[in-house]
Amino acid sequence: MASEEFVTVGDAEIEVVRRGAGRPLLLLPGEDMLEAESAFAAGLAKRFEVIIPSPPGFGRSSRPDWLSEPRDLAYLLLSLMTKLDVQGVPAIGCSLGGWIAAEMAVMDERCFSRLVLIDPYGAKLGGPLERDFVDLWQLAPPKRDALYWRDPEKAKRDISKLDDAALGRIARNLETFARLSWQPYFHNPKLKHLLYRIAAPTLVLWGEQDGIASTDYARGLAKLIPGARVSTIAEAGHYPHLEQSDAVLKQVSEFLGASA
Amino acid sequence: MRAWHFTEMPYPHYPQDEPATRINLPNKHFDPKIGAELYNRYLDEHMIADELGLDLMLNEHHQTPSCIDTCAPLTAAILARQTKNARICVLGNPIGHRNDPIRVAEEMAMVDCISRGRLECGFVRGVPYEVYAANTNPTETGDRLWDGIDLVIRAWQAVDTPFNYEGRFWHRRSINVWPRPLQTPHPQIWVTGSTDKETPKRCGERGWVFANFLLAYDKVKPLFDTYRAHFVEHGLPGGGGCAYMPLVHVADSESEALKGADELRWYLTAPKAEPHFRNPPGYMPVAANVAAMRAAQNANVRNARSASIDDLREQGILVCGTPDNVVKQIKRFYERVGGFDHLLMMDHAGFMDHDRTVKAMTLFAREVYPQIKDLPRTQPLKVARAAAE
Repeated sequence: MASEEFVTVGDAEIEVVRRGAGRPLLLLPGEDMLEAESAFAAGLAKRFEVIIPSPPGFGRSSRPDWLSEPRDLAYLLLSLMTKLDVQGVPAIGCSLGGWIAAEMAVMDERCFSRLVLIDPYGAKLGGPLERDFVDLWQLAPPKRDALYWRDPEKAKRDISKLDDAALGRIARNLETFARLSWQPYFHNPKLKHLLYRIAAPTLVLWGEQDGIASTDYARGLAKLIPGARVSTIAEAGHYPHLEQSDAVLKQVSEFLGASA
Repeated sequence: MRAWHFTEMPYPHYPQDEPATRINLPNKHFDPKIGAELYNRYLDEHMIADELGLDLMLNEHHQTPSCIDTCAPLTAAILARQTKNARICVLGNPIGHRNDPIRVAEEMAMVDCISRGRLECGFVRGVPYEVYAANTNPTETGDRLWDGIDLVIRAWQAVDTPFNYEGRFWHRRSINVWPRPLQTPHPQIWVTGSTDKETPKRCGERGWVFANFLLAYDKVKPLFDTYRAHFVEHGLPGGGGCAYMPLVHVADSESEALKGADELRWYLTAPKAEPHFRNPPGYMPVAANVAAMRAAQNANVRNARSASIDDLREQGILVCGTPDNVVKQIKRFYERVGGFDHLLMMDHAGFMDHDRTVKAMTLFAREVYPQIKDLPRTQPLKVARAAAE
């Protein structure tokens, strides 16, 4: 079962895609918006009604001018959950979506029953001269791909098969990602001090070959979230749920099954 | 027509085989002793240009040897004191990258007073790679440019009552700029643009000068047409209009002119930025990025860097030759774009030495300038309509 709708939240129009049937589960996609059509989402859809909102500025969602950081999107997505009547549900946030999910969990201790963060950005743990996240904006796209993917071939898209609207969404996704993460780079300086507020049991999953942030970073992050557990995924980069979907589905199922 | 001397003040003495020179070329390649000589030489040449009756244009870039003028207001302040007659055009203040537009309003007002009203106050969004040096969000620099200009003008004109400002990008308390600029209502505003027609439209409506650098005449004409279609006189000093920057070299003979042109071409070929520095996300509109992705797919991107001297001269991007030949080229460009008001001459670049620079500038001032000075200015709409009726 799949459906698409637009929901008005504040002054934003948010695109919401649903996959499968069962208990609701919120899936917050990464900045490249690859999750909705992935084997990972299809696997989740066998057990859950997977609700995949395009965060404002991504996909077909609108982008009001006042949005400048992931926290702004977190407010709108919390309102979206209220409007869809899906509070206290499990959530999975990937990369930028993980950052947004962490901001939501910090704002509202009851919004998620369980939380899976897959290679999220958002908290800077090191000092001014230490790079928690490699500076992607200083790298040519092929070098970025090599950091995102264990197998960079997976990043390649056949542009000739995409129409201008689809290409426009790719360009705008990147633009919104820059709007939200340019400076401070890939983090909210206050988030690390607020992660203690995350009340939902949390699993941090990390690709062992993530070239943007290391598994050491993952362990440092998890220490700031009460009771959080870290698990690493072999043969995977920054998007382990896309490169090793079976392995990630297994871990996620075990983690979420505990509350089934 | 007014003619302006311009150099980016390059520091060309770095290894020319470096694959990329903007943003990340280590500054160990800058020898301050050579730099000191260059700064003083370039300032001397601005003073010579002043004595020759030319006006002066300044710009700034950051983290690049192609331009070591990193602070145009500083250079403008020196020239405000050391020159006598020239108009001094800062083109421009990268106000979107400055964290404090009120500081810019103060700097420009000071330069206007010290120069006794010779300042032309330009503003630029800044080329794409400047967002890396300034660390400004590339998705916002366009909006910051226009908000910043509005704030500077408001600050200059709020002569009775200090005001508070709480905008999207800046918050200031009790804005009250001392000094005020000398020119009234304030110095002429200039803004640069390349392909977007919104910029010439906004400049025309406000009576500001619209400037374009180094585009071929067929791309310049639609921009200047847009300006003319919206040009309203607002009583600013200098009277608005359009400005164009080509590379310019005048010599006694065609062969010498070609030698000089080849030296100027350094500007087009030597400074290199890696492709992603030329297109940070959000700098170009989505539609332009879609077109760029399609172009990359079709592998038909034209490389302007490899254009020949003849191609550049045909497009109007390069003006070079003997004085009479240069007059012809300028007049041809003038006709092809429907007229313009300011010739911004990049008449120095790269390794061009002092003697050649001054000789070319002198020939221009004595033999070319008198023949183009009286070309008609851009007319505001009501005047143009009255003349047509």
